[in-house]
Amino acid sequence: MFTQRIDHLLDANAKPALNRRGFLLVSAAAAGAGLTLGVMVPGPRGSAQAAGEAGQAVFNPFVRITPDNRVIVLSKHLDKGQGAATGLSTLVAEELDADWAQMRVDFAPANTALYANSAFGVQGTGGSSAMANSFEQYRKAGAAARAMIVGAAAAKWNVPADSITVVKGVVSDGKNSAMLGDLAEAASKRSVPAEPKLKDAKDFVFIGKSFPRLDAVAKTTAQPIFTQDVHLPNMLTATVARPPRFGGTVTSVDATAAKAIAGVVDVVQIPQGVAVLASSTWAAIQGRDALKITWDESKAETRGSDALIAEYRKLAENPGTSVRKEGDAAAGLKTAVKTIEAEFVFPFLAHAPMEPMNCVMQMKDGAVTIWTGSQLQTVDQNVAAATLGVRPEDVSINTLWAGGSFGRRAVYNSDFVGETAALVKAYGKPVPIKIVWTREDDIKGGYYRPLVLHKVTAGVTADGKIAGWQHRIVTQSIMTGTAFETVAVKNGIDNTSMEGVGDTPYAIPNLEVDLHSPKNGVPPLWWRSVGHSHTAYVMETIIDELAALAGKDAVEFRLALLEKHPRHVGVLKLAAEKAGWGAELPKGTARGVAVHESFKSFVAQVAEVRIVAGKAKVDRVVCAVDCGIAINPDNIAAQMEGGIGYGLGAVLHSQITLKDGRVEQSNFDGYQVLRFDEMPSVEVYIVPSAEAPTGVGEPGVPPIGPAVANAVAVLSGKRIRTLPFDLHNLDGGA
Amino acid sequence: MTKLTINGREVAVTSGPDTPLLWVVRDELRLTGAKFGCGAAQCGACTMYVEGQPARSCITPVSSVEGQKITTPEGLSGKVADAVRAAWQKHDVAQCGYCQSGQIMAAVALLTEKPGVDDAGINEAMSPYLCRCATYSRIRTAIHSASTALRA
Repeated sequence: MFTQRIDHLLDANAKPALNRRGFLLVSAAAAGAGLTLGVMVPGPRGSAQAAGEAGQAVFNPFVRITPDNRVIVLSKHLDKGQGAATGLSTLVAEELDADWAQMRVDFAPANTALYANSAFGVQGTGGSSAMANSFEQYRKAGAAARAMIVGAAAAKWNVPADSITVVKGVVSDGKNSAMLGDLAEAASKRSVPAEPKLKDAKDFVFIGKSFPRLDAVAKTTAQPIFTQDVHLPNMLTATVARPPRFGGTVTSVDATAAKAIAGVVDVVQIPQGVAVLASSTWAAIQGRDALKITWDESKAETRGSDALIAEYRKLAENPGTSVRKEGDAAAGLKTAVKTIEAEFVFPFLAHAPMEPMNCVMQMKDGAVTIWTGSQLQTVDQNVAAATLGVRPEDVSINTLWAGGSFGRRAVYNSDFVGETAALVKAYGKPVPIKIVWTREDDIKGGYYRPLVLHKVTAGVTADGKIAGWQHRIVTQSIMTGTAFETVAVKNGIDNTSMEGVGDTPYAIPNLEVDLHSPKNGVPPLWWRSVGHSHTAYVMETIIDELAALAGKDAVEFRLALLEKHPRHVGVLKLAAEKAGWGAELPKGTARGVAVHESFKSFVAQVAEVRIVAGKAKVDRVVCAVDCGIAINPDNIAAQMEGGIGYGLGAVLHSQITLKDGRVEQSNFDGYQVLRFDEMPSVEVYIVPSAEAPTGVGEPGVPPIGPAVANAVAVLSGKRIRTLPFDLHNLDGGA
Repeated sequence: MTKLTINGREVAVTSGPDTPLLWVVRDELRLTGAKFGCGAAQCGACTMYVEGQPARSCITPVSSVEGQKITTPEGLSGKVADAVRAAWQKHDVAQCGYCQSGQIMAAVALLTEKPGVDDAGINEAMSPYLCRCATYSRIRTAIHSASTALRA
């Protein structure tokens, strides 16, 4: 009944039409009326299908051109805010010589053969790898399409191909001219050049410029582009009551009261808990509140954070698996005149993207369709297939724009997709089901940045050199027991537990790093910058403290230890110069610096900090980044800004704590994150580079914590080693 | 049945009286511009206007706004809204975009009331609105930019 009404409720500028399957879809008419949507707002078939839609000229798996002159780029990477979709479109536009106004982007379907991430071997997005692994692939796709367009024009006009130019989407030989769309159909039938010629960097017109994001209009005009916005005919919305302790299972459920709630359709037990299916989200939430469940917690994790920390501390008394050994740390430390013995404790952290987890799935006649912000399509596809007893190729995924992820949507066991599949199977009817996680589900749901303890002993010699450095890390392995174990865990060492320490670039003559990887029942996951989220903090605060003990300037001390690492040096010098390192500051303000490599990108940050009412207030951050060729400088800046804000919120405020196995936080009141008035002014400087591009989604995060901590140490004399900062009063002495 | 005026149109909705306005608008009226972020008035992603004032629709029972004028992000229009959206696009504020409907609703309300708002005023008005992508500094820039454009 509302389908008639909706048209009238909306601003005409963003007029939606219901297509025949009932999903809100911005109509072509609306786009033609002046609303230029860079994104293809997904229909129920969602992401573009590999075969192409009627009227689209398919050039290759990545590029299509429509007769009305739109260039559609198929992004194999999920865009959860980091800008990958715009970045990939930039690469195609560059080599195709398209006009930015004609560029559109849609997400590729799940098809590992066509769309695998070369860094993973499966289709997925993560590790800040999107640009790095697609730089040549998407440029070649654009260049191949261009060559085919030129060939078609040459044939049509009967002129030599080398007389033809393509500029801003206009194909011309000086006499004739046509738009890309005019030639697309004929061009797409031509043979595909195997090795199309790519431009020289000096000829770039898109790469290195900051073209606006293709999703900017959709995201400022309230378009229904997210999983949360999916409505399908006969769709049920479900919530799931999950065990209050990790590893718990259902003993019994009394659903009488839940089923009495208007709108509740059914209550179904699944391996993950108890699902309430309803005709509306609110009914599903209320229904769940009314469930009476008895849980079997005999195999559940019942330890609290304090008990886990005590266990980790005990483990840290003895050596773990050796990660790196240079010289003799113990002997070196005996030559130290000043020594630091430090223990660091980092809490569990939730990702808490603004869009809580969700997934829509339907199984009908043996075919499974998924609508979700899918970040590991291959795994999501395999998990759904295995759960529902079909072949992976029977599962199609419509990847939708995700309201953040920070790692949470890329899950080694596809927890949120697998749960939806389990419910689709248990309910057994061919209707679409949308599982909605509430914020409480998200905060309490596990898949956290693991709890980590570091123990470091380091010292300096009388002449101000590092005498020795013993470094022990105790943390859960993220990768062990997952499909990624074979690539990420070598000789019992999970690289994500120690990256940033084990591979430190600092020239430390006597260095020993070892690792304990205890197990517990809390599911761990990569959290924006993964191991670097804690290792950079430890390395960069200890280095800073050693510099102070040696009586050296914090920047000079680092530079002397980084002689063989010019890209570290480059960002460190640039950040220091732009920040006015060494220049006088107002009384009560101090600078702190940190430099760190992650995901093959190099970032240095200088933070200017004050202490206000016992808390750190960060006024300004100067950030220098070297990520190779800068594809879109403004997006690089945006990712540095965002990474700084995300990392700063975590070090200042965020912690997930367990009491007797139960998570103590439930929403943004208890799980505090950065708010508007805490955001520092951020300046980003990009080191010019001809190196292959590397990622920017994560590398902005690691340096901010230690940069701020190092400034706080200058101001207060306190070295914060137990996070978050909120646990400490920074006013003198207290 | 509860009678509401949504984006200038009168509608009658059948959701129960205690149902939060957010879910009535999203699930029953299928206007999905206002987002579900926390369900507890902690984040502002669900912001709608009730009689022109920003309200957290996730904790607003639909019965409490019977007969009142409600504006959703889809219905946001006028000179200030146009200037704010243009500034958001010019400065490429949005990253994931999920919170931006609420941010824009807040910014339009702010600039409608205080066209020449300063940084302190922006802090006060915008700090209740969370953005996990931390687009905060661009939001600030865009508000200043829209403010300048509106007063030109």
